[in-house]
Amino acid sequence: MKKLYDILSLQFELADFESKRSDLAFCKVKASQAISLLTHLRDIHGYTHLVMLTCVDWLEDKQFQLTYLLHNYATKTDLGILVFIDRDHPVMDSLHHLWKQGRVYQRELHEMFGIDFPGSPGVEEPMILEGWQGPPPMRRDFDTKAYSDETYSHRPRVQNEPEQHMKEQLYSED
Amino acid sequence: MNDINDTIIPEPVPEYPDWRKDAKTLTNAGLSEEEQDWFCDARPQPAKKSWQVMENFLNWARSNSLWILAFGTGCGAIELRPLITARYDISRLGMQPRPTPRQASVFMIGGYVSIKTLKRIVRSYEQMQGPKFVVAVCSCAINGGMYWDSYNTVKRIDEYIPVDVYVTGCMPRPEAVLAGFSKLKELIKGGKAEGQNLYAEKFDWYKENQKRVIKDWNMPDYNW
Amino acid sequence: MENLYPPIVDGKSVYDLNSQKYLKMWHGPQHPGVTGNMSLELDICGDQVIKCNTHVGYLHRGFEKLMERRRYINCFPIVCRICVPEPDTNEYLFAAAMEDLMGIEIPERAKWLRTLNLELSRLASFLMWIGGQSGAFGMGTVAQWTMAHRDFVLDLFEEWTGARIYHMYTIPGGVRGDLPEGWDKRAEKTIAAVHKLLDEINYVMLNNAIFKQRAVGLGVITPEMVDAYGVVGPNARCCGLQRDIRKDQPYLIYDQLDFIIETETAGDAYSRTVVRWKEMYQSIALIRQILAKMPRSGALHATLPNVLHLKIPKGQTYLRAESTRGEYGYFMVSDGSAFPRKVTVRGPSYTHAMALLEDLAVGVNIADLPGLMVSLHTYPPEIER
Ligand code: SF4
Repeated sequence: MKKLYDILSLQFELADFESKRSDLAFCKVKASQAISLLTHLRDIHGYTHLVMLTCVDWLEDKQFQLTYLLHNYATKTDLGILVFIDRDHPVMDSLHHLWKQGRVYQRELHEMFGIDFPGSPGVEEPMILEGWQGPPPMRRDFDTKAYSDETYSHRPRVQNEPEQHMKEQLYSED
Repeated sequence: MNDINDTIIPEPVPEYPDWRKDAKTLTNAGLSEEEQDWFCDARPQPAKKSWQVMENFLNWARSNSLWILAFGTGCGAIELRPLITARYDISRLGMQPRPTPRQASVFMIGGYVSIKTLKRIVRSYEQMQGPKFVVAVCSCAINGGMYWDSYNTVKRIDEYIPVDVYVTGCMPRPEAVLAGFSKLKELIKGGKAEGQNLYAEKFDWYKENQKRVIKDWNMPDYNW
Repeated sequence: MENLYPPIVDGKSVYDLNSQKYLKMWHGPQHPGVTGNMSLELDICGDQVIKCNTHVGYLHRGFEKLMERRRYINCFPIVCRICVPEPDTNEYLFAAAMEDLMGIEIPERAKWLRTLNLELSRLASFLMWIGGQSGAFGMGTVAQWTMAHRDFVLDLFEEWTGARIYHMYTIPGGVRGDLPEGWDKRAEKTIAAVHKLLDEINYVMLNNAIFKQRAVGLGVITPEMVDAYGVVGPNARCCGLQRDIRKDQPYLIYDQLDFIIETETAGDAYSRTVVRWKEMYQSIALIRQILAKMPRSGALHATLPNVLHLKIPKGQTYLRAESTRGEYGYFMVSDGSAFPRKVTVRGPSYTHAMALLEDLAVGVNIADLPGLMVSLHTYPPEIER
């Protein structure tokens, strides 16, 4: 994996190579080069399978970490490409033309994190949440407990003193 | 300075009630103009009781042919399949799954209910023909279960549709679901499964609750 | 005669829904022909589908958000609810991702027991699936048989782990308990019954003329589509690709076991059925091998610090396993605290039900649509979680 990283870094501005296992590595790339790196990996180096595209919200650093995980069926290795984008203006290039399922991932990320992928078909349509009016729910600063307490009413809890409760249950006559 | 008594008070125009806004009818305000005509604006009425003897006979008949609406709303619905096939075989109790709400008389809420599903549940429930009963299976339908802090599941299904029998358990066993159905039969025979009438009586309360969580209300107010 | 089918411009059919020749129809979620709780928005011409849109989200609970609020050990009851027919893959992967981040090696015996757990649940899940597949083509008998036999497998689980559906048998560091006494014998009996059932399914279902006529040529996946759509698992193997994570990147003790990757070449619904039917035989063989070779003594789990205060070192990892539907993966990011920073689940249905089904459904008769959907083995909670 290190070898591949060295070859790639001749062309692309890569950083922070991290080898997790012998078959899994992560490296960082600039957002503007990410899509061309993915195309390069897919067409030249045999990373033909887009395993997933996901996002991690680093609220402290004001960044979104997009992770493109690619798999190579020939060498049986995985390469995770990390792209950091600004949390306040989250815009990223689309990869719907490379993999057909890419647009579904991007649609989900748009809905759950509010990341914009210009050009991706149907990215604006709600996919999972229908009629959602709050902020994008998967962001770290969205408090799901507060939202749920406010929107739904909970069934009140009945708590019995065990001794008293059993007495009432068993000897309720006397 | 005019005296107040001198000013001419115009004759008040009598306010004729708009038949759409009348308390007896529904507005269907969530729909577009054109679609409002497609749906009826009458509200549900509680069923009238006939003589006690007749009612007892009808209840006996109702309790022995419960047809379940096959709508799995959550993970609890997976126990419906063992129930309707050879091992637990609920056909011997006069029950069977039906594909359409029009033919079904029992709505089995199988598990957690997300907002998007709640919309479909309300519509399916209203489309069912009376007498209709609801069995809420799984703790998620009762008090939210392990999704008590989730932003997308309702915590108490009985605020949105009336429930006759609850079956607890995080994945209740098929035996537990069967016991729930037997309990439902008992209730029906005793004439106590009144969920449908409750829905008609407290209709406004139910609608208010439903509209509070379904933020984009774009369906008819009562769809039958 | 006027041609009813819409003209095709730039690879897309162009039509006017108001022209009364075409109809928009919703298929699901309250419909017996859909798998689980999802819906398809169909545009149909006659009884042929000309456009299909998948709508999911009816089962969304926000797992990934809820996991951020729970300690690692509290996430266990949540992860298995992601996939109801086969929860063990989720439990294994979540535990394995934790172990990978912490650098824990689990005892040998726990590996064997975990493999046994995975294979048995694979058998149960396939049994349920084949019932659905036959039911979608109108053969209720096979569904009655397989659901009953699945229940016998669940009885084994119940005796072993204490639960029918959600076993929560795998815990971080190992497994929760040993096999009960005499379990092997009862397992062998059940498995022999399932083996016999599979032979019968061959006669009743796979050689049935109606099933063949309807399923052959339905929803063909070509090898070129596999990478473009990210197709995995039996859906990829049905068009001749030898891809199985159990062989490619062996996890647990799959490298010590003897099995083959079953493939077919046609890529249609019929060959998908055959691949899965053959895989059930493999699964039975694997269970028998494990029971024969398994070490019967030794530690069941590694010693962990107090799991309630477990802190996992900073890092990220991806773990994958072969489930009945294909590659299942967990991407876990830890920021060094007691709560996971982010857990992303890669469910195989994600690509199968969204991108792939939308394209395969075009041109299919509506009556065959449930069969096509079931043959892809999609399961909606994996998509929306
Ligand atoms: S109570 Fe348990 S089994 Fe039932 S819907 Fe909730 S999580 Fe699923």
